[in-house]
Amino acid sequence: MQIAVIDLGVGNLRSVEQALSVVAPDANIVVTSDTGVIAQADRVVMPGQGAVGTWFKALRERELEAVVRASLAEKPMLGICVGMQALFEHCEEDGGVDGLGLFSGSVRHFSNFHGRANGDDSPRLKIPKMGWNQVTQNQDHALWHGIADDSYFYFVHSFCANTASENGPNITYGEADYGHNFIAAVGRENVFAVQFHPEKSHDDGLKLLKNFTQWNG
Amino acid sequence: MPLAKRIIPCLDVDNGRVVKGVNFVGIRDAGDPVEVAKRYNQQGADEITFLDITATSDKRDTLLHVVEEVASEVFIPLTVGGGVRELKDVHNLLNAGADKISVNSTAVFNPDFIKEASSHFGSQCIVVAIDAKQTQWLDRGDQRDRWEIFTHGGRKATGINAIDWAIKMADYGAGEILLTSMDGDGTKAGYDLKLTSAVSSATLIPVIASGGVGNLEHLIDGVKIGGADAVLAASIFHFGEYSVQQAKQAMRDAGIEIRL
Repeated sequence: MQIAVIDLGVGNLRSVEQALSVVAPDANIVVTSDTGVIAQADRVVMPGQGAVGTWFKALRERELEAVVRASLAEKPMLGICVGMQALFEHCEEDGGVDGLGLFSGSVRHFSNFHGRANGDDSPRLKIPKMGWNQVTQNQDHALWHGIADDSYFYFVHSFCANTASENGPNITYGEADYGHNFIAAVGRENVFAVQFHPEKSHDDGLKLLKNFTQWNG
Repeated sequence: MPLAKRIIPCLDVDNGRVVKGVNFVGIRDAGDPVEVAKRYNQQGADEITFLDITATSDKRDTLLHVVEEVASEVFIPLTVGGGVRELKDVHNLLNAGADKISVNSTAVFNPDFIKEASSHFGSQCIVVAIDAKQTQWLDRGDQRDRWEIFTHGGRKATGINAIDWAIKMADYGAGEILLTSMDGDGTKAGYDLKLTSAVSSATLIPVIASGGVGNLEHLIDGVKIGGADAVLAASIFHFGEYSVQQAKQAMRDAGIEIRL
């Protein structure tokens, strides 16, 4: 089995690669920006860190948008962090960036939902949100198997997709609370994507990655 | 279900060994960094921080090697700092498996470095470390608490006010502040809670309290009184006084949201 980890030259992919090699020792894990390798791979992991604008710029510079869209249509794919945010229609970051549009709705800065913006006096929350948050599993999914509901996962982000998006609840597989509920895991057919970092989420994160390596979409 | 407060064991690394000093001097050996990191990972640490305390360029390779080895076995966030001077240093450490890079002296000499590093790699991986000491600002004639920041592992005074500095660094794109009280470091007298609270309320980015932990009550105070988002400690864990698990249980028993 070949697993391609898409390399956009931003962020540290070593952790993703090593976590996958621990949970799937027999798999061939390739960190790559080669269109052919991604097209041939059995599964694709799409990580991302930092700014979504930079992420899309790198995706286009490396001419990977077409192969990513093709993969989203046909094989098991896992999006991580910015790799999840990129799947929505629009991201507010970097002055507004068009996403891949697999899910409708917008990824917005946390400050839109906190305190005064929320019309209440809820406490001021630190941004970036950095740390361990419990994830409520809204729906069963193969990638949740063996992971207790409300387990903790590690998040680092300033932008989030609101659970009350136009997609309705059917695409939300996990949600977490940081001043308001936001999407921690989203899915559709052969695609599953998480806002947290499974590669940094200790045993539960490794379990999710292992489930992905055994999931046939 | 709010965000859990983090417990971060800190490994001061010198030439490939974990060491621990008191008030930044007087060193004691605490073991092999990979073994120590694995132990804390098993005990449920939320994150691990490595600081290269002597940070000369020849030791840089040793540290990269340590980070690589730990990152291949421990799947929780790793922060690495000490002697980061150029974007290339940040890049190399991230590639070795670090998730966040801590910058101290370089930020003081060249504040724009924080702007560049955070715009290039993202705020989420740029931590500004502040070493602060309570000081009297005799020329200003007021009695409020003030702290001055120091560079070079606490050896050089800067004349910069710690609170102002924290605000500036947050504006420049730092994603987190690692705040060490030099008065407290290694003394086991507890965090400087006034300092922690002042920095935490002055900025909107997460603050890690550091310096002075002697017992589990100090960790609780760091969160409850100091308002810290994460608490860092070294010697209480290194020399077996407490396990990370015990510390987490004590914090949860005190009503703090903790991942157990």
